[in-house]
Amino acid sequence: MRRPYYPKMKATWWLQRRPYTLFMLRELSAVFVAGYALLLLVLGIKVYKGGDTLAAYLDFLDTPGMLALHAIIFIFAVLHTVTWFNSFAKAVPIWRGEERLAPWKVTLPNYVALLVLSALVALLFLV
Amino acid sequence: MTGETIALEVTRYRPGEDEEPTWQQYEVPFHRDWVVLDALNYVKDQVDGTLSFRWSCRMGVCGSCGMMINGVPKLSCAAFLRDYTPGPIKVEPLANFPVERDLVIVLDDFMAKLQAVQPWLIREEERPLDEGAYRQTPAQLARYKQFSMCINCMLCYAACPVYGNEKEFVGPAALALAHRYNLDSRDQGRDRRAWVVASDEGIWDCTFVGECSAVCPKDVDPAGAIQQLKLSSAVSWYKSFLLPFGGGPEKAS
Repeated sequence: MRRPYYPKMKATWWLQRRPYTLFMLRELSAVFVAGYALLLLVLGIKVYKGGDTLAAYLDFLDTPGMLALHAIIFIFAVLHTVTWFNSFAKAVPIWRGEERLAPWKVTLPNYVALLVLSALVALLFLV
Repeated sequence: MTGETIALEVTRYRPGEDEEPTWQQYEVPFHRDWVVLDALNYVKDQVDGTLSFRWSCRMGVCGSCGMMINGVPKLSCAAFLRDYTPGPIKVEPLANFPVERDLVIVLDDFMAKLQAVQPWLIREEERPLDEGAYRQTPAQLARYKQFSMCINCMLCYAACPVYGNEKEFVGPAALALAHRYNLDSRDQGRDRRAWVVASDEGIWDCTFVGECSAVCPKDVDPAGAIQQLKLSSAVSWYKSFLLPFGGGPEKAS
């Protein structure tokens, strides 16, 4: 008579192998990216209102805690960007006859676009 | 290397005797050209005839001998002992599946899912035999060839935490096979497969962990197949709203 054993996944499955941990960090990165969008949105509102309210918010952003948070957000934003760009070629295969374009050729334009757009934003706000 | 041994720690589960799996250790001769499957066959032949495991071709073609080796899904016929020195080597049944006995898993769920995606050429109307075969160019073949290399070894299911947590998920191999037929220029069955492929338990359950592709011994890239299916399914959905007469499904070109 059959009596199969049904294993259960542990809640800590994502800590058991590095690729799973990286996957969870990638998923978590979305929270930090969304959090930064929120910070920017609030900044936009403060800029619109101007005056003391803007100065107070800028002082708040200048605290050590917020600077540390920005450093963490930056690391997660890089992880988010790199994993997204590297996944892109898998989802969008480009064919030339019988040959599939090498994944790096599909990925590279994303990085170029990122650099160009980042430079444009930097020009707009920093120069 | 004569006289050297290496330890295997093997999962044992004897239904009727054991309530849950236990470990059993075996010392086996170490040979540089031995794979884990050779070591298991040594145990079966020389040490303990009660140990159960599946195998057949011994050359990475049949897909029968998939096991967790040191926690990673592998074909045991392709896992060399020399890559796991000094040992012990932990050998477990494929993760995420019920265990029938020792290293033998229950295949029923996988078989049902494989069948559910209708992995065969579907034609709206079959051409009469005297009109000859459905012809295909090398470029059309190249579109789906990678996804046709699957040997149904189920390593991808063992690597997929989504399948581990949600048994309703159709899973990597079955979805990659559906994609293989959707991409085939001779096939017209995309809409019929969509009921399974684009369902909540299909492609949209996948969170793109990507380990299915990392462990695939045939470089099938099921994760890529699923993301491509998501893209084409989303494009179809938008077309059905935006274009007159519904737009219709995306056909592989």
